[in-house]
Amino acid sequence: MSTVTPIKDAKKKEVVKEDAMWIQKELINKNYHEIATAHETGRKVSATFVPGNLNELLMCFDFARRLPETDALQNGLRKKSGKMIMDAERDGHSEDVCTYVKTDLGMMLQGQMGPTGEPMPNPDLLLLSYTGCFTFMKWFELVRQKYNCETIMLHTPYQGDGKISPAMRDYVVKQIKEKVIPACERISGKKFDIDLLRQYMKESVKAEEDLVRVLQTAKHRPSPIDGYFGAVYYIGPMFTAFRGVPEATKFYRLLREEVEQRMREGKGPITPDGEMTEENYRLVVEGPPNWTSFRDFWKMFYEEGAVVVASTYAKVGGVYDFGFRHDPEHPIESLADYCLGCYTNLNFPQRIDMICKYIDEYQADGLLINSIKSCNSFSAGQLLILREVEKRTGKPAAFIETDLVDPRYFSGANVKNRLESYLQMIKQKRTAAAAAVA
Amino acid sequence: MTVQDIVKRCEHLFEDLDFNVVSEWKAAQPGRKAIGYMPIYVPREIVHAAGMLPVGIFGGGDQLEVIQGDAYYQSYICRIPRSTIELGLTGRLDCLDGMLFPSICDVIRNLSGMWQILFKDKYVKYFDVPQDYADEVGGKFYIHEMQALRTDLGRLAGKEISDEDLKKSIAVYNENRKAVRELYAYRAQKPWQAPTSEVYLVLRAGCVLPPEEHTKLIRSYIAETNSVERPKRDNARVVLNGSFCEQPPLGLIKSIEMAGCYVVDDDFQLCQSWLLDDVSVEGNPLEELSKAFLHRSAQTASKYDDKKEDKGKHLLRQVKSRGAEGVVFAMASFCDPALLERPMLQDVLNKHKIPYTAFKFAENTGQMAPIREQAGTFADSIKLWSAA
Ligand code: SF4
Ligand code: SF4
Repeated sequence: MSTVTPIKDAKKKEVVKEDAMWIQKELINKNYHEIATAHETGRKVSATFVPGNLNELLMCFDFARRLPETDALQNGLRKKSGKMIMDAERDGHSEDVCTYVKTDLGMMLQGQMGPTGEPMPNPDLLLLSYTGCFTFMKWFELVRQKYNCETIMLHTPYQGDGKISPAMRDYVVKQIKEKVIPACERISGKKFDIDLLRQYMKESVKAEEDLVRVLQTAKHRPSPIDGYFGAVYYIGPMFTAFRGVPEATKFYRLLREEVEQRMREGKGPITPDGEMTEENYRLVVEGPPNWTSFRDFWKMFYEEGAVVVASTYAKVGGVYDFGFRHDPEHPIESLADYCLGCYTNLNFPQRIDMICKYIDEYQADGLLINSIKSCNSFSAGQLLILREVEKRTGKPAAFIETDLVDPRYFSGANVKNRLESYLQMIKQKRTAAAAAVA
Repeated sequence: MTVQDIVKRCEHLFEDLDFNVVSEWKAAQPGRKAIGYMPIYVPREIVHAAGMLPVGIFGGGDQLEVIQGDAYYQSYICRIPRSTIELGLTGRLDCLDGMLFPSICDVIRNLSGMWQILFKDKYVKYFDVPQDYADEVGGKFYIHEMQALRTDLGRLAGKEISDEDLKKSIAVYNENRKAVRELYAYRAQKPWQAPTSEVYLVLRAGCVLPPEEHTKLIRSYIAETNSVERPKRDNARVVLNGSFCEQPPLGLIKSIEMAGCYVVDDDFQLCQSWLLDDVSVEGNPLEELSKAFLHRSAQTASKYDDKKEDKGKHLLRQVKSRGAEGVVFAMASFCDPALLERPMLQDVLNKHKIPYTAFKFAENTGQMAPIREQAGTFADSIKLWSAA
């Protein structure tokens, strides 16, 4: 069944507005170029992780900003990661461990060509923003052995009790003030200017506001966006090197206007094959997507008219829809709150509450979990999430297993089968419910 | 008690997955409480100071049939969380009044939240330890974390934990750590007299016995085993690394020994040897515990190494001080921290020309032949190498 109408004659101007993929790609390519030429232009290069990244702060020191997770993701999308992973395994890394790490190490082994084909310079600073994933620490320890550059640990405590205590916040603030900022000053040779930080944060807030509006348009029926596959493009700039950059603010304003317009017109999401014209199923998804077969994976959904109205993955770089905004009045404290509040830093009851809330507020038919072999942070315990959400919402849930960037762990046929039977189940439930009402 | 009696008792404690000894300890005095903790490290002093029994939970080993626990985990996640859930769901941990989940990895971290959901009537705490080692930064946070635990346990006990209580408990654990160090030193000196399969059981007894009793048990084991000469073999002396969380089955430890290795150091029960020397009983007890953690504790995969050149120092020290000839990496399958740490440690060993071998296990590994073969080949190569 096809529920998609191809867009004809998509002019460039329209693509900019209608296709976040395009503009996002531009931004990313530009950033890779900046990184590639940073040392020639006298800039220093930082590397850091997506959750809890201190982008605005790094901008204050004019770092060219690398995000190794994004490198791995991009290499996955470009189908380069499989070989990199195997190279890392041949170099002695276990087949059991996170494939993002191995993609990065494999990229280094292959001469450190970036995803866009430009060589990546060695970072001058590894900012180990240790938020929501224990593997981050090992990852940067491993690359530190090779790069021989300064590494700064920014330890973010976990919300084990489901809240951020003043002691947790103080701890992060102190590390930023006493460790991170002095190291950035030392490495970049630039003095820290808190007003510059405030200025960048003002940009961030505007963009954050618009991103939330975009994501929340999915509450509308039909949803004008896909809150998982499509959202990947929406969150890209915000979660990486562009939060705080005026270009990104502009991008989010345009995106919001366009998406709201689509919503008013009752249009469905844009997919790689065109506009989705029929919304048959509304799903909430937990877990990151698979990147190596991203398009095929998405296609399985839109071909069935299944739209993802909300996803937890779209919150890994900040739970903005639950109210968090960077605060230019309290810049360092808000950086701390940002680190502490990312999705994978939430405890299990919080994660379950969030999913249940999404199912309710976005009027979803159920929950689909894409369990990622690589990622203990997301995956360990997801089967309990599944049971609890089913119990609390009465909505059906389903479980599929893939990997982020290891093509060996994406079995298209299996995933498709599972998805189809899940959608069937939703349909039957619906029919049964309608019969009961009648 | 003869050495056999001691080992038998420890084995009995090890095999008792119903934790009867904990229930008995509680029954001996009304109102007693027990608090479980998972690997690697919690300051047991605080639990002890509350008058409670700290109980180390290290999964179900190869004795437990995991039925319900498997329904909570995908095949690519290690075994220890599923067998621990199995222990909980089958009522075997009912004797515990609470559980502590230290910050070791994402699996244990997530398990803390699962425990909150599955065992709603129990005290559950995720216990964060700092990865920043400045007294004023990480130390301050850590003291706060310990203080929160102290308040919680005081409430549970119905009585505040005083500084004096804490100091007494620190002294008790100093003595226990001292005994553990004696045991390790004795084994390194005479590994044929203290096989690791026995030493391991003596250490595991420390998971369920009150520390005072465990200290005595360790010392009587040393005395008793020293009184009966055992045959000395021409084994290779190795340090075992990587089994700090999920534990290998006892049969695997025996297999390594039977294959011709004397294990002269290991990281099986890091909680008992984490702090490398005595914690001062003068001054503020939480500050002293913090200082010991920040500046005088062991290195392991879950703990950040501030400097690149620090990597592997602890392992090297173990090799050098114990006179080891090689390292056996034994890591649980799917254990991200251990398996990601391993290549870095291997690099360090390469630089120092220390031979090593590596394999993975699961707590319920049944097939020992391949491991025995690998350990045997490794032991032979070490002997050949040292003879050359
Ligand atoms: S374990 Fe998960 S969160 Fe951590 S680096 Fe790997 S994919 Fe990312
Ligand atoms: S065995 Fe490793 S991955 Fe599993 S719970 Fe323990 S530390 Fe975590």
